[in-house]
Amino acid sequence: MGIINLREMRVEQTGVVAAVKASGEMGRRIREMGLVPGKKIRVQGRAPLLDPVSLRIMGFTLTLRNNEADHVQVEVA
Amino acid sequence: MSTAIALAGNPNSGKTTLFNALTGARQHVGNYPGVTVEKKQGTCVSDTGTFEVIDLPGTYSLTAYSLEEVVARDFLVNEKPDMVVNIVDASNLERNLYLSVQFLEMGIPVCLALNMMDVADKRGIKINVDKLSQLIGIPVIRTVARAGRGKTELLEAVSARVGEPPRPLKISYGADIDRALDEMEDIISSADFLTGSYPARWIALKYLENDEQILERGMAQNRGVAVKLADIASRLAGHLAATQDTHPEGMIADHRYGFINALLKQNVVVYAHDRNRLQRSDQIDKVLTNRFFGPMIMVGVILGLYHFTFTYSVLPAQWLEVLFEWIGNGADATLPGGLLKSLVISGLIDGVGGVLGFVPLIMFMFLGISFLEDSGYLARMAFMLDRVFRMFGLHGSSVMAFIVSGGIAGGCAVPGVMAARTLKSPKERLATLLTVPFMNCGAKLPVYALLVAAFFAENQAQVMLVITLISWVGALLVARLLRSTIIRGEATPFVMELPPYRLPTIRGLLTHTWERTWQYMKKAGTVILGISILLWAMMTFPRLDEAKISEFQAKRDTILRAASTGVVAEIDGPERQGGLSAPALVLKESLATVDGEEAQAGLKNSAAGRIGVAMEGVSGLAGFDWRTNIALVGGFAAKEVVVSTLGTAYSLGEVDPEETASLGDRLRSAPGWGPVTAFSLIIFTIFYAPCFVTVVCIARETGSWKWAGFSVIFNTALAFGLSVLTYQVGSAIF
Repeated sequence: MGIINLREMRVEQTGVVAAVKASGEMGRRIREMGLVPGKKIRVQGRAPLLDPVSLRIMGFTLTLRNNEADHVQVEVA
Repeated sequence: MSTAIALAGNPNSGKTTLFNALTGARQHVGNYPGVTVEKKQGTCVSDTGTFEVIDLPGTYSLTAYSLEEVVARDFLVNEKPDMVVNIVDASNLERNLYLSVQFLEMGIPVCLALNMMDVADKRGIKINVDKLSQLIGIPVIRTVARAGRGKTELLEAVSARVGEPPRPLKISYGADIDRALDEMEDIISSADFLTGSYPARWIALKYLENDEQILERGMAQNRGVAVKLADIASRLAGHLAATQDTHPEGMIADHRYGFINALLKQNVVVYAHDRNRLQRSDQIDKVLTNRFFGPMIMVGVILGLYHFTFTYSVLPAQWLEVLFEWIGNGADATLPGGLLKSLVISGLIDGVGGVLGFVPLIMFMFLGISFLEDSGYLARMAFMLDRVFRMFGLHGSSVMAFIVSGGIAGGCAVPGVMAARTLKSPKERLATLLTVPFMNCGAKLPVYALLVAAFFAENQAQVMLVITLISWVGALLVARLLRSTIIRGEATPFVMELPPYRLPTIRGLLTHTWERTWQYMKKAGTVILGISILLWAMMTFPRLDEAKISEFQAKRDTILRAASTGVVAEIDGPERQGGLSAPALVLKESLATVDGEEAQAGLKNSAAGRIGVAMEGVSGLAGFDWRTNIALVGGFAAKEVVVSTLGTAYSLGEVDPEETASLGDRLRSAPGWGPVTAFSLIIFTIFYAPCFVTVVCIARETGSWKWAGFSVIFNTALAFGLSVLTYQVGSAIF
């Protein structure tokens, strides 16, 4: 169904990272935790105020804020 | 001869657990020079030999963005340990190897400790250890640090490997980047550019990654070469942006993960299940971070921590109190009266007692926080509260510091400031450190209790609630203000791991707790004792002149002469069954009145008193007379001292902070006092300079007296401004 922002993903939805559009410190932090193209992710949940979001990647749980998730594009089925 | 080994690895990989297992009690904690990052060192004596072990800060990468990474990198380059033991979480191999690969690229000697093998087994993750070792060309040893398994094998592997020259790993980053790297490597090697510290290709890689620290060092060493390298890097960046809409830094990270992925696919790891399926931790999270239950459970956990800390620390604190009272009484009985006695009792013993009085609190608080941190729950609290704290320029992890400091009235800013250590983002941490003293610590409560009972007797509960709200709103708004002025800057990315829930080890908890407590006693203790003596001197000197003293003595003599000898003998003699007779009570009271007057005169005459009197002109704007001023100066020692000093200033003698009814009555009838003055003083107490124990801790935690000084001056100025506003507006309305 094409490529969407990580922020727009529903809880329980899975996808494959397509691109990370961030540079500098934020880009570095996002990538070093494994959010690089080709990685399978699965949105696990959201905090009570709907932000940050938590997701499963490479077998661990990662959290990031919505404005950080905006930089991650995901291909969803 | 001992072998120097450095433990490195991701946070939550079990690095500290392995460090504790290796070194046992033979360890100590210090700081890396010039920064507040902790440096843990220890010695490990085994059949294989003696090892000097350094526990490097946990990092995910080796860039120049965070202090921890720079510290770890510099240590490896400057101290050149004989071996780096890279602890890798076997149940989370792929991400952990991202750091390992960077060690290999640096060309330093590395051994891999494949930790948490038990967890990996349980999750159906099969790792071919020999294959992994063969592919990356370094020893790989299975360990379970919690149980101490694999320790011996690890040390043997390290000993066998030491001295073997490592070969830097060369990863392909795609044709474009590889070409640039080759070109740069040639330039670097032929110019001997920084090659004394780093391998040539690694330097080239850092130039492509725009690594600030390396760029700076390069400029300092050889400008010409540095500019040439930077040119190649920017040309490549331009090319990549035009052709592939990406940049070198991103591409390097992508390829690094690509390399690891390819490596693991060569039958190194076999997963029995989909890796992203829900683990037990995720099932627990469904409840603990649930929209409705999550916050409710969190409130319960916070209250539990509070209860644990402040209830169980009472008993040991009382023992200490009894001990110091006993020492004080001993000194009282043995020392001759006068200055020395006053110095020993009020300066030394109360000072040391003041320092040690916090120890039980700090111990219990860190025991509780370590439990929450090691179990993984603290990360969930940060996750749930980040949205709220972020609005004020803080971080989800700030919550612990605020709560402990008195976010729920009755905390203490000293352990609160120390609790800010769990925050890894420097700006958010500083803003947290500077605002937590606004919370209502247990020592401010007697001040509120006195004023609220005396002036707001009808609605005590409501006023206390208002006080709590004012301190929270004030603290958060000041944090927002600081983050948009002097600590301005982008929010540090939140990108954070939610580690699986684990049962903390007793050893880990106790080690952590003891470290913190000992650091507090050692570092803070000396300074605090000094300031305590200084404050004592300020409130004692200069003393009343002889004429004044004899005047009071004469008054006492007159009273005694007027009384009958029997009554005098009664108060001087041993305590009698059934208490004193009525005339004796009257006599005792009139003598106490004179004593109180003398103490008041003495206080007014002291340095602190003179400051108080001199400030009256300014402080009058907030409704404070000289008595209140002195009390506030005394409050710098500890906030509850405000109450006892007010007692002395109103000639009531020392007032027990727990028994303030008589002082309350006195204030109600004193001129210049009313609800508006009282509320103005409450506002001032919330916001003014933290007690000096907190100030010393702020200096320690920020690594600079500058911020400690800032918190004293800024907070007092803010408090004064708000009090003047309260008093002036209040006086105009009522």
